Formats: sequence, structure tokens, C-alpha cells
Amino acid sequence: MLALRTYRPLPLTRPARIVQRNMLVYRHSFMVIFSGFFEPLFYLFSMGFGVGALIGNVPLGNGSSVSYAVFIAPALLASSSMNGAIYETSNNFFYKLKHAKIYDAIIATPMSLTDVARGEVMWALMRGSLYAVGFIVVVAVLGLAGLGLLTSPLGLLAFPAAMVVGYAFAGAGMAATTFVRQWRDFDYMQLAIMPMFLFSGTFYPIDAYPPALQAFVQCTPLYRGVHLIRALTTGTPDATLLIDLAYLIALGSIGLAITSRRLGKLLQS
Amino acid sequence: MPETAPATAPLIHARGLRKCFGAFTAVDGVDFDVAPGEAFGFLGPNGAGKTSTMRMIGTVSPVTSGTLTVFGLDPARHGAKIRTRLGVVPQADTLDNELSVLENLLIYGRYFDLSWAESRRRAIELLEFVQLTDRANDKVEPLSGGMKRRLVIARSLINEPSLLLLDEPTTGLDPQARHLLWDRLYRLKQRGVTLCLTTHYMDEAEQLCDRLVVMDRAKIVAEGSPRQLIEKYVTKEVLELRFPRAEGEADDSAHLDGQLDGLAERIEQLPDRVLVYTADGEAAVATAFERGLRPASVLVRRSTLEDVFLRLTGRSLIE
Repeated sequence: MLALRTYRPLPLTRPARIVQRNMLVYRHSFMVIFSGFFEPLFYLFSMGFGVGALIGNVPLGNGSSVSYAVFIAPALLASSSMNGAIYETSNNFFYKLKHAKIYDAIIATPMSLTDVARGEVMWALMRGSLYAVGFIVVVAVLGLAGLGLLTSPLGLLAFPAAMVVGYAFAGAGMAATTFVRQWRDFDYMQLAIMPMFLFSGTFYPIDAYPPALQAFVQCTPLYRGVHLIRALTTGTPDATLLIDLAYLIALGSIGLAITSRRLGKLLQS
Repeated sequence: MPETAPATAPLIHARGLRKCFGAFTAVDGVDFDVAPGEAFGFLGPNGAGKTSTMRMIGTVSPVTSGTLTVFGLDPARHGAKIRTRLGVVPQADTLDNELSVLENLLIYGRYFDLSWAESRRRAIELLEFVQLTDRANDKVEPLSGGMKRRLVIARSLINEPSLLLLDEPTTGLDPQARHLLWDRLYRLKQRGVTLCLTTHYMDEAEQLCDRLVVMDRAKIVAEGSPRQLIEKYVTKEVLELRFPRAEGEADDSAHLDGQLDGLAERIEQLPDRVLVYTADGEAAVATAFERGLRPASVLVRRSTLEDVFLRLTGRSLIE
């Protein structure tokens, strides 16, 4: 009667159950999911084509130059990955952690805290990748229409790269959320997200800054994400992309590790 | 460590078990064993350390010091393995309000590695068991307190646990809802599920528990079956006397000074009534009237665990 089964699930089997739980929730209101789809497109149309018409071409580091829309499209993709990941791991995660208290019930099952953290990151990534795919499809269609937003076959790698950006921000966002005590603390998070969105080489090259500020901006995660995706979509990759990848993957993984530890403190006192 | 424990070994074994939160000691060196198939209770007022003990058994709160094994396993090392065979009904309902009644059970089965099909089969059966079949597709939020509690119990059974932990299962429920719940728990016990519960209701402890420990201020102060505890610590009957309040007195019975002496082996003067512990309640009433006492009301009743608790700690269970 007391023989205890030794069941060894694959590493992502149990985290996937968190994804399934979230899918059940969104089955009731799946249209909400698509809300995040339009934001980067609106930016692309207003800034890329609207403002872009006034600006002309933007020089890339390697001496070539591209239209303004081509310049900002990869940055908008990176930003939408960031926003998708942050939205899911800030407000939504906080609600589940502190208000709905769903994890209190989940930790009474064989699911571990790491399973919970990984599962929520998986979910954030899935949601984010939906937006990335949507954005890339729109960009590709515009490309077919002769607007030429994708100038390199490497651009296809923009999708996995957007996932990596999403991973970095999901891990970091979730870790930050475990320190949040009340809703208004999220204003501080926005205080970090908003300037990153505006100033990380998203809308103009960072050569505009004095060297010290350039160095600082290069250390921000969104800059690394924009740099990575832009190099792929404009066909100008170099070895520094490895720094981007290492940075983003490390950020996501450290965030996950901190989240697991913090959940232990919060839920298993 | 062997994965299978012999049938006679206790399901839960605790020696010198302690739980501290910083400088505060919530559980202060308790010893107890829970045998397979029994219904074991922790009776005590709020803050006695019952919930902390349950959380340690449920492997969601690390043991500060002492020994604790569940199914013969160490919670610190084999938490997930223990939880596979454990059902937990926490004090707060912790249902997933974003999901329907049925979905709450379905996904919970998934957390226990059940297939969707198996989870659905058990969920439908359990909804029947807790009489919530007609609410299967409703949201959780509008359910009554009793229904939510039943749903939590159904949820705790989705993995067919051999040990069910219930932390104050009926607190806040109306009498009808409580009786329905007790009935379900009794049926589970008959099926061989070991029950381990906390309560601050003495009637619940008497109804459900084969054996219980009385907890007060982080310690176990007595142990036994409800009957044994009553026999050991109190008399068979209790006479409750209420007196009209005299002018300018804080307590109703303060003016009695000494008139009750020798009426019974033990007399407890509470602010609103006097409890006379005696083997023969009617005889004590007669004696009281012979002495010229004129109480406003007289009640002879059987002793309860409430009296045991009062005897052991000098305080009531529910204050």
C-alpha cells in the first residue's frame, strides 16, 4: 500500500502543466491574448513609415544604410518580446502569486518551485512568440508588397532570437516580481522598462550619445536584444552577437534561479 | 532508505519536532505517531501550532529541528515523493478562481502526473462524491463556503492519497455544511484513508478522531482518544450554573464567595457561569439548592473535550 512510485518526468514535463493551466484560463477569454499583437505594428506604421518618410536612410555601423522602417522593425520585435514577457511575469505572475494564491495549492503536489518558475517562463515565451510570429508575418507580407523590410535571409533567425530576448526578460521580470510587495511597486518596474524602450538604440543609433553613455546603454538587456535581432534582419552579423546571446541567456537563467529561491522563501516558510 | 515501509510502521512519526520563525517558536518539541487507517486530530485554540505542524507534515515548511518522517521518508529530501501520496485540505481554500469547478480538479490531477483522461475520470467521480456534479462547469467564485470546502476536499483526493491532511476543515461553515463534510470524511475513513486533521471545535474532534493530541502554546499537553481524555481529565458530568449579577460586580458569580466550596471535587468559575465537575450532576444540583443557592439557570450535561481543554490550560478553546 505504501509502495511509492518513482516517477521521473522529463525536465519540462511538469513545467508544461503550468502552461496547460494557463491555457485553460485563456480558453475562456482567448481574445485578450491578441491585445499585445498590435502595439509593435502601430509603432512600425507610425514611426517607421510615418516619421521614417521625414528621416530618410539610417547608417548602419558597417558603412551601409537602410530605410528608417527597416532600422526600427527589428527593434520593435525585440521590444514586443520584452513587453510580452514582462507583462506576463509582472502583473499576471504577481496576481497568481499574491492574490489568487494558486501556487500555494500547487506546491502541495509533486510540482516543485522550479517547475512553477520554468512553467511560467515557458508560458510567457509562448505568448511572446505568438506576437513575434505575428509581427514577422506582417513584416514579410509588407516585404512581398515591395517595402523590403527583411533584407537578409538571416532574418528568419529573428524569430528564435526574439525568443531568447523573451527568455531574458521573462526570467528577470519574474525574479523582480518576487520582490514586489504591492501593486504600485510595478511603477518602478515601468520606470526601468520605458526608458529602455526609448533609449536602447531602438529608434536611432546610439552613436548619438557621448561614449560613457554609449557604454552604459550597451549594458542594458534591451540594447543587446535590439543589436542581436537587427544584425540578423539587416544581414550584418558579427562575433558580438555571441555576447548578446550569452548575456540574454545568462540573464534569463539567473532570473529563473532567483525566482525559484524566492518562491521558496515566500511559499515554504 | 527503503521505499516501502512495513504496514505496522506509523505513517507519520515525529519526535522532538520544532518549528521556529525567527525568535518565535510555533511548535516546541512535539512527539506523536499516526498509524495507518486512523483518524488523528490536533485540537487546540488558534495559534497553538497546529497549522505549522500540518505544514511540516505536508512538506511545505522546513523542519527547524527534531525528527519527522512521513511514509517513512524525510520531508526535506523526499518532498515530491511524499506529496505524491498525500492529500491536503489547507485552512484557506486556495482554489483556482480563474478556472471552473471541473477544471480545478482536471488540472490538479495533471499536477499529480495523471493523464487528462484519468484525471477527468476521477474528477467526475469526485464531483459526484462531494455532490457538486451539477456545478461542474460553474466558476468557483460564486460557490458557497461549504461547496468550496467540498471542492477542496475533492481536489485533495484526485491522486487517491493514502493520507489526508485537513487543516480546520469546517471552520466558518454552517451546521448543515459541517455535517455533510463530516459524513464525507467518515466515508473516506471507512475506505481506509488515514485522516490527520486540526480543529478548534471539540465536537468535530469527538465526531471524527479516533485519537487526538491537545495542543496549547506550541506544546502537546495531552494525548488519547476523546473518551480517554474526558475520563482522565474531567468528571463524567458537568453542572453549569448561571447566577444573576449582583449590584456593582464585574462577574456574575463573584458574590458567591465560598458558598460552592465542597460541592464537587472541582469547580471552575468563569465570568458568565460556574462549572461544577461531578460524577452525579443531579445530586450536585440538589446540594446547591439545600445550601440556599438560587441560580438563574441550571444545566447538567455530559463532559466534553472543551472541559478537558479548560482543565488543562485554564482557558476556553474559542475565545
